Amino acid sequence: MIALKGIGKRFANGTEALRDLSFSVAEGEFVSLLGPSGCGKSTALRLVAGLLEPDSGHTRFAQDRPEIGFVFQDPTLMPWADALTNTRLPLDLKRVARSEGNDRAAGALKRVGLNGFERAFPRELSGGMKMRVSLARALAAQPKLLLLDEPFAALDEITRNALGDDLLRLWKEDGLTVLFVTHSVSESSFLSQRVLVMTPRPGRIAEDIALPFGRDSRLSSATIEAQRAISAALNTAMAA
Amino acid sequence: MKRALDILLPLLVAVLILSAWEWAVAHWQVPVYVLPSPSAIARAFVDNFSSLMTALLSTLTVTVEAFLAACVLGIATAIGFSQSRLLERTFYPYAVILQVTPVVAIAPLILIWVGFERVNLALVIIATIVAFFPILAGATLGLKSADFNLVDLTRLYGASRAQVLWRVRLPTALPYLLSGMKTAGGLALIGAVVAEFVAGSGTATGLAWRIVESGNRLEIATLFAALALLALTGVVIFAALSLLEWLLLRHWHESAISQRS
Repeated sequence: MIALKGIGKRFANGTEALRDLSFSVAEGEFVSLLGPSGCGKSTALRLVAGLLEPDSGHTRFAQDRPEIGFVFQDPTLMPWADALTNTRLPLDLKRVARSEGNDRAAGALKRVGLNGFERAFPRELSGGMKMRVSLARALAAQPKLLLLDEPFAALDEITRNALGDDLLRLWKEDGLTVLFVTHSVSESSFLSQRVLVMTPRPGRIAEDIALPFGRDSRLSSATIEAQRAISAALNTAMAA
Repeated sequence: MKRALDILLPLLVAVLILSAWEWAVAHWQVPVYVLPSPSAIARAFVDNFSSLMTALLSTLTVTVEAFLAACVLGIATAIGFSQSRLLERTFYPYAVILQVTPVVAIAPLILIWVGFERVNLALVIIATIVAFFPILAGATLGLKSADFNLVDLTRLYGASRAQVLWRVRLPTALPYLLSGMKTAGGLALIGAVVAEFVAGSGTATGLAWRIVESGNRLEIATLFAALALLALTGVVIFAALSLLEWLLLRHWHESAISQRS
């Protein structure tokens, strides 16, 4: 669905974030981008979204640019608007009729388990619920490609696991393509089909690990085995 | 209970001060042209009620017109600044110069330019200059404070500049703008009073002119009555804008929420 080739990116302050970054994601895949903080994972995600332009290399989509949903590390909600209005934002920006927008936003909230919270303001919601609104907002525009930038990093483990399970369910139900930025080995080992391990800055792909099937729980032996493989690759990438 | 105390305690202080004042004036037989007693001021207020109200209406009209003009100009300029960094760099220094130059010093010039036959317009312009800056500063800061990620998100969905302004920047700016408006409301009144002072008697007809005139005639009780009316007007303007702030922010902004609880 998407291919990055030879991407280089240097920021105005001189920091070289990415050097010769290349990878591709097939349609319907769930891919994790894993690396230490500051390795350029978020920069890579923003390049895919088109929010940044690379200095060298290019980003190609297989067909036209698909509809993209983006979830930040912070919920990034509008504090002055209730959950429904926040979820409806992409539809409002695309000038979808208000009643249709409301129906679709309410549907998206229901899918992330926030039925009945349409009129709640962000300050009335817990951290996990705010993240669910953020996820619902990304789903409201019915994306083909979902980009997530360490979305659960600030949450407690129980909430993080619950949201991870929901994300897996949504991915399967909608046939989404997911690119998931994380620094958590355990999260990537359970959620994704493939893990791209990045080097420290300037970031590039150190290893591309396809994970085996049979990781149906966080504690299954296949998941633990995947964690070992990812950790070993990460250690190698850090030492290089 | 806490709410009642907020009103009762200041009221109690007022009663105590006024009683002490009344007693002191009678006890030391202070002449009325030096310090009139509160009861004498109240009498002067009742005796001059209709002329004081006419004067109040005149000052209030100038204040409200200047405040609204400052809001429109301040917000429009801030929006211009938020859309173009070049525009801001070019014109912000002039806004600062306008702010730091004492209005008393510009007022005579404005009166001459506008002409004494249109003195009310001159008063409104002078008061607008005084009230303009806090609104510009508040709105400019607020429009710039929008969450970068939220702005990026709107770009992802192909939002136009106008959509980003309307859906993200302006709501973000609202608390800053309202805070600037509270300052500007009081300043518009001060500006109106200063302008009336400069315009002098015979042309201006507001409360400030009543104060000058009463002073010249040594009608100190009337002077105090006009002064009290001015102070009260300032308080009412502040209270009205605080209420507006609470109404607009009560659902989401920390400041309004802590006020409520």
